[in-house]
This record gives sequence, C-alpha cells and structure tokens, in this order.
Amino acid sequence: MAQQELEAPLTRESDSHTPDKSDDNSSSVAELHDQITEGMRVPGGWASTFILLGGLWEFSVRFVKTFARPPYEFREIIRQLFAIGYRSISLITVVGVVIGAVLTMQSRPTMAKFGAEAFIPAMVSISIMRELAPVLISIILGGRVGAGIGAELGSMRATEQIDAMDVAALDPYKLLVFTRVIACMIALPILCIYADLLGLLGSWLVEKLDSGMSVSLFINSVTASVEFSDFLPGVAKTIFFGFVIGIVGCYEGYNSSGGTEGVGKSATDAAVTSSLIIIVLDVLFVKISLMLWPL
Amino acid sequence: MIHLFHKTNAEGERASGPLLRVEHVSKAFDKPVLRDVSIHVDKGETLAVLGKSGTGKSVLLKLIVGLLQPESGEIFYKDKEVTKLNEEELMELRGSIGFLFQGSALFDSMTVGENLDLFLTKHTDMEPEDREQKIVEALNMVNLKDAVDKMPSELSGGMKKRAGLARSIVLEPELMLYDEPTTGLDPLTAASIAELILTLQRRLGIASIVVTHDLPTAFTVADRAVVLNEGYAVFEGDLDTLHDTTDEFLRDYLSASRLDRSRRERILAARDNVRAANQPGITGKQTKTTGKQTSPA
Repeated sequence: MAQQELEAPLTRESDSHTPDKSDDNSSSVAELHDQITEGMRVPGGWASTFILLGGLWEFSVRFVKTFARPPYEFREIIRQLFAIGYRSISLITVVGVVIGAVLTMQSRPTMAKFGAEAFIPAMVSISIMRELAPVLISIILGGRVGAGIGAELGSMRATEQIDAMDVAALDPYKLLVFTRVIACMIALPILCIYADLLGLLGSWLVEKLDSGMSVSLFINSVTASVEFSDFLPGVAKTIFFGFVIGIVGCYEGYNSSGGTEGVGKSATDAAVTSSLIIIVLDVLFVKISLMLWPL
Repeated sequence: MIHLFHKTNAEGERASGPLLRVEHVSKAFDKPVLRDVSIHVDKGETLAVLGKSGTGKSVLLKLIVGLLQPESGEIFYKDKEVTKLNEEELMELRGSIGFLFQGSALFDSMTVGENLDLFLTKHTDMEPEDREQKIVEALNMVNLKDAVDKMPSELSGGMKKRAGLARSIVLEPELMLYDEPTTGLDPLTAASIAELILTLQRRLGIASIVVTHDLPTAFTVADRAVVLNEGYAVFEGDLDTLHDTTDEFLRDYLSASRLDRSRRERILAARDNVRAANQPGITGKQTKTTGKQTSPA
C-alpha cells in the first residue's frame, strides 16, 4: 500500500491515457506472432538451426545474384584483402611451420619402427597439402576472420550504420557482404599455399635437426612423391571454405540484434558456425577429391 | 564560388499538397507498437512527432523509408505506395529522403569527408572537384568545415550530429527524417542543433519529420505536431494548441518538461509518506528539512 503511494505520482502519466483496445487489429497480429514464435521453440534448438541454414542459403543466393551484376567495389575488396589476408600472415606463418614440425616429430618414431624414415618427407607433405593445411588454416581463420567480420558488421548494425546505408540506397549487401566474401575466397587459397610451403619448411627443419637431411634431398623426396592432384584439391577447397567463413561471418553480423551483447554473440556464432560447416563440408570434399584423383 | 545547393522558398512551396501520407498504419513486434496511426506532411512543412520513449516514434520513421513493413495500413510518398515498391523502386525513393539517425550513424571507417563523398559518388555523376566543393559547402552549412579529414571517433556528440546532418542533406533530399536529433546533447548544443535544422529547412525548403521527446526542439523547428501514446496518435495539430489540451496524458507530458520544482516536492512528499508509514518514529517533515539524509526509503 505504501509502495503504491510512492509510485502514484510517478506512474500516473503512463496509465492516464489508455485507449480502448477491444477493437485493435494489431494486438491480434502480435498474438499470432507470439503463437508462431512459441511454436518454433522446439527442443534442441532445431528451429534456430533451420532458420540459420535458411538465412545462409538466402545470403548465398544473393551473393550469386550480386556476382552476376557488376560493377564491383574493387577498392573495398582490396581493403578487405589487406585486412583479411595480409593481417593473417603472421598467424598462418606460425601455424604452417608448427604443423609441419609437429607432424614430422610425431611420425618419426612410428616410421622408424618400420625403417621407413626416408618416406617421412613424402608422407608429411601429402598430409599437409591434402588435408592439414587447408582445414586447419580454414578453422583458425574462421575464428580470426569470421569472428572479426561478425563483430564489425554487428557493431555497424548496432550503431545503425547498416540502416543508414539502406536508407541512402547504398546497397549495404554489395558494399559490406559481397566484398568481404570475395576477399575471403581470394585470401584463403593464397594463405593455404603459403601454409603448405611453411609446413614443408617446418618439416625440413625437424628432419635437419633429427637426421641432418639436406634441403636438396628433402625437396627431391617431396617432389618425387607429391603430385599436382595432391596439391590442387587442398587449395581448391579453401576457396569454398573462404566462402563459408565470409558468408557466415557476414550473416551473423548483418543480422545481429540486441546491441553490444548481440555483437559478442555474432562474433562467437560466426566462429563456431563457420568451423562446424568447414568440418562437415571437408568430409564431402575429401570424398569428391578421392573420386576425381584416387590415391 | 558556385553554390551547388539549390535554395528554395519553403513558405512558397508549402501549399502544393501532401508529400507524405501515412494512413492507418499499425506495427507490432512482441507487442503492438503503432496502432492505426495516420499522419501527413506537406512540401516544405515540418512535423514533430512527440511521445515517451518506446511509443513507436522511431519505428514510424523506419516504416516510411521501408526499413520495416507495417502489419496494416498504407504509406504514400509522392503518391507512391511505399509498402508495395520493389527493391529497385525503394532504392530510388530512398535517394530523395534524408535520414538523420539518433546516433548519427557515421561510417566509422571513413573520414567525415569520405562519408559525404560516398553518398555523392553512388548517387551522382559529379566530377571529383564538384563533389569536393559540394562536401565543403554542406559542411559549411553545419559549421563543420574543419572536420572534413577527421574520423568520426575524433568528433564530439554535437559535431557527430552536425556531420550526420551534412551527410543527410548533401543529396538535397525532398524529405528529411530526424530521429531524436538532440538526444544526449547538453541544452545549449541541443538548441544550436535545433536552430541549425530550422535554418536548413528554411534555406533548402525541405519537408521534415522530427521525432523527439525534447519539447524545446519541437517548439523551435516544427510547424505541426503529432503526439504518440501507447502506439496511438493522441494529438495532431498546431503546437500552440498543445498548451490548451484537456487530455491528462498531454498535460502530464507538458508538465514533465516544465522547469519548476513542484514535481520534485511532490515526489519527495510521497517518499516521506512511505518512510513515515514504515518507520513511525520518523516524520515526513524531518526528512524534508534535513536534506542531507541519504538512507533509501
């Protein structure tokens, strides 16, 4: 009762003018909306998974349509290539060398049991080129680049910059999404080739320290066993992985909601979703590459 | 110096009929936000949309430019039904509407000059020198000529609003939409922004909708006003007649903006009553006279 007295002068403004709601159409629309969204809350979050996949499909179709309608924003694509590709070089350098070095160190004891140390360069180089470098750098860049794109576009959504582009008919999809996805699709294969080479370097360094193998012997050993069909599928699939990283990051950021909390969620979701899709897609790509280029 | 902005006489253009008509529009998210709202804006006219926070004022602006779709009702801009336009037609329509967002929405990876230049590059075939001149002219209009090379992060709140305003008018829109143009600014800066809006409207003859809960701004810039309460338009008319209203919400709304101490006294008296009821030893009079007491009720 006392609390009511306290609040009385403060709440009078809000309850003083309450128009008759009985004939209100929009309230029934809201009720319908509530019923639909309530019905979508299926256990396990399947509804949100389907909504995500549907949204990603729509975003991808829009990408193809935008691709078919030049001109493109080349200046922005180059800027994004710098941000996505060039700024990832130090990370990929470390990852590349470590992959090669660790794989060589791990495989040496087993290979030694069979007296097959001479095959280590071949085994390591094929493993790196066909699988390890493409998948690992894609997952790592899914975290760095995907989350970065998600956070950047999410904060642009939160501060109404994307709305401002929409209102000014600047086509934010073309300016923000298309450019970032294209940049990812160009940067990933280049970084993959770079990681392949650094993986071999890391492998040779370990071989040099363990067995004193010369660089020319290592190169001869690699070139004698590695074929173009070992190199191409790995690089080719990073184009698709780049597409996944770009489109997922952009989708999460572009559709961010809930202010700064939403920005954080967009960044996390972008990293998690792109990594998951990359891992699942990799199974498909391995199957296809084995059909096209059998071992 | 060649003036690239076309000056028009706003008073002369006003009689030529509604530029924008919003008819019986309703919009709901989790709950109804706008209910059967109708407004119109004539050429060269300024309409203030007033109301408490969360009453759908900003939603109304987003419906007008097609960022949101209404559940029911129609929106006509230059006799074209906005809700029925395709993407291409909507883009064309948006090219003639300026929108000043609440947070200015400057693109933070670009300088102020580049923000304006992006609009000109996308929507005009102007030569770089002409674009540069127009940018300088637009920034001069908002007294921000020295900020052309500054990043948005280097600007104060008032400067951001002015830069956003310069960006909105650089394409010479026929309709300007202002979403809370003075929110978060000190009274002096808010007054200067309101003065700037009025000056630009008169100079360029732009029709405007100013969404605000800041009554001094509304009384400075607007010809007419609409007041929203719980999604309904509870008042539409001349701002001067707002003072004569008998509607209880409107009277409370106006009195809440008035500079007097009676509201403070009323709140403190109610607080004292609560304290007195909970702790019989303390009287309301004691609390009121010993202003240094800080214990909560």
